[in-house]
Amino acid sequence: MTGVPATRFRIIDSVEKKIYRFIGTDPSDEQDWRGYAMAMLIFNAIGLAVLLFILLAQGWLFLNPENFPGFSPQLAFNTAVSFVTNTNWQAYSGEATASYLTQTAGLAVQNFLSAATGISVAIAVIRGMTRVETDRLGNFWVDLTRITLYVLVPLALILAIFLISQGVIQNYDPYVAAQALDPAAGVQTIPMGPVASQESIKELGTNGGGFFNANSAHPFENPTPLTNIVEIAAILVIAAALPFTFGRMAGDRRQGFALYAVMVIIFILAFAAIYSTESAGNPLLDGKDISGDYLEGKEVRFGLGPSVLFAMTTTATSCGAVNTMHDSLTPLAGMIPMTLIFLGEIIFGGVGSGFYTMIAFALIAVFIAGLMIGRTPEYLGKKLEAREMKFSLVTILTPNVLILVFAGIALVTEIGLSAIFNPGAHGLSEVMYAFGSMANNNGSAFAGLNAADPFYLVSGGIVMLIGRFVPAVAMLALAGSCAKKKTVPPGIGTLPTYSPMFVIWLIGVIIIVGGLTFFPILAAGPVAEYFIMIGGG
Amino acid sequence: MRKDLKTGLLLFLVLFLLTGILYPLVITAIGTAVFPYQAGGSLVTGTVGTVRGSLLIGQEFSGRGYFIGRPSATAGSPYNGKASGGSNLGPTNPALFSSIDARIADLKTRQVPAPFPSDLVMSSASGLDPHISLAAALAQVPVVARERNMTEDDLEAFVLSHAEQGLPFLSVEPYVNVFLMNSDLDNRYPLSSPPGES
Repeated sequence: MTGVPATRFRIIDSVEKKIYRFIGTDPSDEQDWRGYAMAMLIFNAIGLAVLLFILLAQGWLFLNPENFPGFSPQLAFNTAVSFVTNTNWQAYSGEATASYLTQTAGLAVQNFLSAATGISVAIAVIRGMTRVETDRLGNFWVDLTRITLYVLVPLALILAIFLISQGVIQNYDPYVAAQALDPAAGVQTIPMGPVASQESIKELGTNGGGFFNANSAHPFENPTPLTNIVEIAAILVIAAALPFTFGRMAGDRRQGFALYAVMVIIFILAFAAIYSTESAGNPLLDGKDISGDYLEGKEVRFGLGPSVLFAMTTTATSCGAVNTMHDSLTPLAGMIPMTLIFLGEIIFGGVGSGFYTMIAFALIAVFIAGLMIGRTPEYLGKKLEAREMKFSLVTILTPNVLILVFAGIALVTEIGLSAIFNPGAHGLSEVMYAFGSMANNNGSAFAGLNAADPFYLVSGGIVMLIGRFVPAVAMLALAGSCAKKKTVPPGIGTLPTYSPMFVIWLIGVIIIVGGLTFFPILAAGPVAEYFIMIGGG
Repeated sequence: MRKDLKTGLLLFLVLFLLTGILYPLVITAIGTAVFPYQAGGSLVTGTVGTVRGSLLIGQEFSGRGYFIGRPSATAGSPYNGKASGGSNLGPTNPALFSSIDARIADLKTRQVPAPFPSDLVMSSASGLDPHISLAAALAQVPVVARERNMTEDDLEAFVLSHAEQGLPFLSVEPYVNVFLMNSDLDNRYPLSSPPGES
């Protein structure tokens, strides 16, 4: 983002320049944090309004071969917020609700733009951390345009074509009525649609909103073991690149690598945990003489390992696409995605949002370490003071407060409890997972929960909005504050934020913050269910 | 603020046209030109030109002479293409155990021997899973061979010829496409064929 060598991408470069002329912005005209945040909010408000309109009006619009009616106002509100905030929580079933116009011109547009918004904010935050004595954080319009033109659209195009080659469908045909092979099965309706174009940006932008209800478990979204692995890689690629972008912009690659190391280590630990617990199976089925892996809610072509790898990748990031029904995972395996969400989706994280939240954690880690060892807390030469700590804490605690307050309301009201599908401790997990997923803009679910319940539609929409934009604005404010500061050259009292020691320390801070906030819930939900399961009911 | 609103509206318009209109159309154009079969849903057409299904979408098989596939939890009817999804039954939900018991009872009436392959008693994530493990297919060979008047050896060879392997290290269990296998069975060993033929 420090300037793209124009000669390498001449066509995109000329398109880019034309866009700036059309929208009347001078790319060198940068904004302060307030201006940047305002532009970001205005742009997202426009996106929300347009998407709401499309959802409500789809029944009267074109590209609707199945004649779906418009979304109900509550569902439209929930869905529009969900896609604008990069959550992609789905309270509807795509193949039975959304027209092709809604999918391509409504939802997929926000797949691009919400991803570009997240990355833009992350880039502005990095500028704030690395610039000296300025109040300028960049030009939001330029960042958004560049990310869309140079990163998202080209990658999505290539990935979509690959997915089609593997069997992901891409057409605007009406659904096909098939004479099933077994006469007893009658006629099977085979859904159609422009799936590949949606699928590719859904993974790359860590959006996660499936074309179909079954999301990436659906054979038309994820047809082969190869597409499964490629989709997992696509979910990670942009988010995993950002620490390196950071290191480069900071002029010290070690700083980026340290954050990357934190992500990789927690990722590996989480995979080891989910794989070992899920392969242990369900002891309540002992004695039924069943052979093979625990496959409830899984697809045969993926098998257990790639299924749980997808489950944790989608929650380590803010993707929320699923190839496995998380509600049916064994208790401790189901706890891993839940925990990764509760930690704030920073293990690679959502494109942009994961990274700026990780920065907030890094600042807090530096500050606490500074207090403990009596050194001045500094990060990249910036002195950390009360103002920075306030914004970091707002970023990290906003989703946590939302989860605890709204899940609390759901758990003591009839309207909240009636949506629960699975009984007992698992029901608690369903509600906690739902609000964790919405507050952190993930979008996956313990999907037994009736998400179409009006209480969840409306409260969920509010939670997603606050969970997205309060941290984003807080981090921009933090960046604005850091950008104004001088850089202090590292002295003898500086804690090196690229050392292995700092990596371990940061992991500790992340786990303690997440763990202390949610330990009681995890104990009463998945852990309690685990003991019920191994105790034989 | 007013200038931002104008800039925002104009930029939204540009990016909307690019990502919402141009992008899917370009992919559709390339996809249908280069991979028309896949882009159209990998549809399988019968002898008289009617569509019989998609290679990628599982179907419900309950009649004699067919391999059965994964239990499907789709709403309305099993393998309902308009309502993909799993059971969402949690690991301690009594409803999970009763549905597994019912499927085991069904396998027993079909004379599929124990141990029962887990993919035949646990429902899939999409409800449209076209595959079962090779083990689950082999376990059904004696029954299907009898109903199709084939020798078990012939049918076992036929099943093995349909085995697909996942990626190395990632999904080591071989599996078969139930829809494809049953479709090939109908074409090569029709149910009506008298004993001994084929």
